[in-house]
Amino acid sequence: MSDLNSKKERGSLAKWSRRGFIGAGVLAGGGLLIGIGVRPGNPVDALRPKVAAGAGEQLVNSWVKIDADNIVTAIVPHCEMGQGAHSVLAQMLADELDAAWEDVRVMQAPADGSYVVSDTARMFVAPFTMNAAAWIEPTWDGLFTQIGRFTDAMITGGSSSIRSTGQYQMRIAGAAARQMLKGAAAEEWGVPTSQITTRDSTLFHEQSGRSAPYSRFAAAAAEQPMDHTPQLKSPAEYRLMGKSKARTDIPAKVDGTAQFGIDAAPEGLDLSYAAVVRPPVNGTSVTSMNAERAMQMPGVLQILNMGDFVAVVGDSYWEAQQALGAIDIEWSEAESPTRSTEDQFVAFAAALDEAGDDGGDEVAAKGDATSAFADADTLIEAEYRVPYLAHAPMEPVNCTALVKDGKCDVWTSTQVPLMARTAIEKAIGLPKDDITVHHPYLGGAFGRRLENDYVTMAARIAKATGYPVKMIWSREEDTQKGVYRPADLSRHKAALGADGKLVGYASIFTQRHDPAEASVPAMYNIPNTSVRVAASDLHLPFAAWRSVDHSQQGWFVESFIDEAAHAAGKDPLEYRLAMLGNSPRHAAVLRKVAEMSDWSAPAAQDTAKGVAIVESFGTIVAEVIEVDMAAGKPKMTNCWAVCDAGFIMNPDGFRNQIEGGIVFGLTAAMYGEIDLVDGAAKQSNFHDYKMLRMNEVPAIEVAIINSGDIPVGGAGEPGLPPAAPALTNAIFAATGRRLRELPIAKQFA
Amino acid sequence: MTSFTLNGQPVTIDADPAMPILWVVREKLGLSGTKFGCGIAQCGACTVHLDGEPVRSCSTPLAQAEGREVTTIEGIAGPDGELTKIQQAWISEQVPQCGYCQSGQIMAATALLRDNPAPSDEDIDAAMSGNICRCGTYTRIRRAIKVAAGIEQPLSERMAGEA
Ligand code: FES
Ligand code: FES
Repeated sequence: MSDLNSKKERGSLAKWSRRGFIGAGVLAGGGLLIGIGVRPGNPVDALRPKVAAGAGEQLVNSWVKIDADNIVTAIVPHCEMGQGAHSVLAQMLADELDAAWEDVRVMQAPADGSYVVSDTARMFVAPFTMNAAAWIEPTWDGLFTQIGRFTDAMITGGSSSIRSTGQYQMRIAGAAARQMLKGAAAEEWGVPTSQITTRDSTLFHEQSGRSAPYSRFAAAAAEQPMDHTPQLKSPAEYRLMGKSKARTDIPAKVDGTAQFGIDAAPEGLDLSYAAVVRPPVNGTSVTSMNAERAMQMPGVLQILNMGDFVAVVGDSYWEAQQALGAIDIEWSEAESPTRSTEDQFVAFAAALDEAGDDGGDEVAAKGDATSAFADADTLIEAEYRVPYLAHAPMEPVNCTALVKDGKCDVWTSTQVPLMARTAIEKAIGLPKDDITVHHPYLGGAFGRRLENDYVTMAARIAKATGYPVKMIWSREEDTQKGVYRPADLSRHKAALGADGKLVGYASIFTQRHDPAEASVPAMYNIPNTSVRVAASDLHLPFAAWRSVDHSQQGWFVESFIDEAAHAAGKDPLEYRLAMLGNSPRHAAVLRKVAEMSDWSAPAAQDTAKGVAIVESFGTIVAEVIEVDMAAGKPKMTNCWAVCDAGFIMNPDGFRNQIEGGIVFGLTAAMYGEIDLVDGAAKQSNFHDYKMLRMNEVPAIEVAIINSGDIPVGGAGEPGLPPAAPALTNAIFAATGRRLRELPIAKQFA
Repeated sequence: MTSFTLNGQPVTIDADPAMPILWVVREKLGLSGTKFGCGIAQCGACTVHLDGEPVRSCSTPLAQAEGREVTTIEGIAGPDGELTKIQQAWISEQVPQCGYCQSGQIMAATALLRDNPAPSDEDIDAAMSGNICRCGTYTRIRRAIKVAAGIEQPLSERMAGEA
C-alpha cells in the first residue's frame, strides 16, 4: 500500500495532533516490538501518592499495583467509552504478569504527564525508531515520553488502544513487573532467578518447595532493576490473550452504579447547574440579551453573557433550562456566505470543477490513468454525495467544574484529558499544574469528546460564578452546535477493459482529513490509478467521527466498485475477488463472508444481498447485507461480517465492537443527515436526527479470522465503513436503483 | 411538597411539581443511575417504573408521582443486592458498551418480561423500540432478554471454547 501513499505527512512532528493521532493508527505494523513500554528509571515514588495511596498498596512500576490481598491492579492510560479497552488492556498486562484473572482490577490512570501514550506518539513521528536495539531503548523511550508530554498525548481514539498501548506498553509493563517480582524473590530466597516460576499471581521455587503470593514481594520488586526489553510470551503461551474474558466494567453498567461524567458528585461540593445556549451559526456571538423575565424565574442564581454563549446557573438543571428559554438573545450576523445545504454542495462542486481532470492535490497516483481512460473499452462515471453528521453520543455533552483558590478541578467525559487541561489553562489563565481533570466513564464519544469546547465553557462559568457548576448541554445544543463529520461530494471514473476488468480508476473529492489513504483502493491493485483532493471549506466545524474519512470513502469506493462490476456484467463479489490476487488476506475474508451468507444461493422474492470490503485501522472487514424490498422500502434482514485483525485479544469484545460499528454505519446510511438552514444546523433531537432502533436492525453475525499474530488491527471503527455500501449495493441488486446520495430512508418516503 | 415511594422508601420532597421526575431523582435525591438522553421522550435512557409501568421520567412531572411508587435501576435488585435474572443476562451476554442507555433498557425489559415471560421477537420489538442504544447493542439486548426468559442459552455456555 505504501507506494500509493503520499509520504509527506509522515514523520513530521509538527502535524502531531489529535487528528494526526487518528491517522497514526494505521502506521502500526512490523514485528512485535518490545522494550518501549516502561519509562527509563522507575518513577514509582513520584506516582505512589497519585495512584497507590491506599493501605497496603504497592506500586511495582507505573502500570502495576499490588495490594496486601494479592489483588493486582492494571493502571490503564486510555478512557473507557464503551469500546472495552480498560478490560482488554488489563487482560494483556495480566497475561504477561501471570496474574490470576479473577483477582485483577482496572484503574483509570489519572490525567498526568506520566501516563501519556508515548508509543503512539512515537509510532507517528518516528516509526523508524520502533526497532531500536535494546541498549538504546531507554533513550528513545525517554525522548518519546517527552514528546508525549509536550503534546498532551493521553488520547483515546483511532482504534489504537490495544494495538499500540496494549502491545507496546501494557504487555511490557506486565512482563517487566513479573521479572521484578521474580528478582526480589530470588534475592530473598537465595536462589537463581531462572529457577523461579510464576502462576496465578504466585511465585514458586520448585527445588525448595517454596512459594509466595506476589503481594509478599511487591514492595521489594519496585527496587529491582527494570528490564526495558523483557521476554514476551509467544501466542502458544497466552493464557488470557485471545480469550473472551468478561469485561470488568459491565457489572457496574447493569445496576446503575457506573459513574459517567454527567454523574459527577464530588464530595463536599454543593453543585449548581448550568444550562447553556451557543449561537445558532458557528462563529457568531451575542450582540444583545434581555434576561429580566428569566432572572425572576424560580431556582435561577445567575445569568451570564459570555460573549460566545449565554449561561443560566441555577439550583437544578431543569430550572436553569426553563429560564434559558425565557431569555431574548440577538446574535451577530454570520460572515460565511453558506446558508443552505445546497450552498455547501455548490461550493464543493465548484472546487471539483475548477480542479478538472488533473487539478487539486495528489493523494495517490500509479501508472497512467489518463491513457487508461483514453483507451478504455467501457468508461463509467458517477458522483456521490454525503451529508454532515453529528456524533450524538448517548450521554449529552457536559462538564462539571470548580475554580477556587487558584486551582481548578473538572469532572468530565473526555477522550483527551491532558489536552483538556491545556485548553482550560488557555481559557481561564491558571497554570496547568493547578488544574486537575477527573475523567470517569464516557457515555459514548465516537470522536465528539476529542474536542474541548465544552470543557472550557464549564471552566469559564465556574470561574465567573465561583460556584461548583455542572454544565449540561441539551440534546438540541448537542445536535446543532457541535462538531461534525463533513459533508462531501466525490466524483469517480473507471476504465474497463474488454474483459470487464478495471484498468483505470480515478476519484476526486473535497475532504481529506484522516487516515491519509482512506480514499485509496490499494488492495484491488488497479494498474492505473489517480486519487486527488480539491479542498473546499466546510461551513460546520470538522471533527473526527467514528472511522473518520473511511466513513464516507468506504461508501464512495465500494459503491463505485459495485457499479464497475455490474457494468462488466459480473457478480460483484466474484469481481472483487478477481482483483485481490495480491491481497490474500482480503481475499480470504471475502471468501468466508460469501460462504457465511450463502452468497450464491438464489435470492427469495423481493430480497437481495450486497457486499462491501474495507480495510481500516489495520483490520480488514467484509460485510454482506440482505434487504427485503417487499414493502417498497428497504428492510434490513441479515448482516454477515468477517474480520481479519491479525490477532484478536478478546473475541467477544471484538465482536461487540464490530456489531456496534455496523449499527452506527447503518444508522448513518438510513437516516443520518444534518442540513443547513439559514446557516444553522437544522436537525435537533432524536425525532429528526433519527437512530436505528430495535425493530430496524438486522440480525448480525460476526466471524473472525486470526491470520497471524501481527500486526494487530483495531476494533472500534473498522466495522463501520463497509456497512453503508453493502446496504446500498443490496438495494441496487434488489431494485436496479443505484443510490448515489445518503441518507437512504428519505429517498423511499 | 410531594410524597411518594422511591425504591421502597417513602420520600417527601419540596420541589416544583412541574419538574420532571428524572431531575428530581438525579439532582435532588442523588440517584444517578437514571440517565438524561434527549429530554423529549424519544430515547428511553430515563426510563423508570411508576407503579410498575415504564415511563419516560424526563417527560413525567413530579406531580404525577404523588402517592405512587417510583422504581429506578437502583431499586430492582433483590433485598440482599442479588441481581435480577435480566441483569444477570445482561452480564452473561456482555451487552453494554458505553452502558449509558442500559439502565433504561433494563427497566424496559423488566416490565416486558414481567407481563410476558416468553416474548416473541415481535413482542421484543414492540417493548424495546422506544429505547435507543447509540453504541448499537440491540442484537445483544434481544439475546439477553431471551436468555433471561430461558428461551436461549447464555453466551458463556455457547462460547466455552473461547473462554
Ligand atoms: S431522556 Fe427521557 S426519553 Fe430520552
Ligand atoms: S451501550 Fe452505549 S448507548 Fe447503549
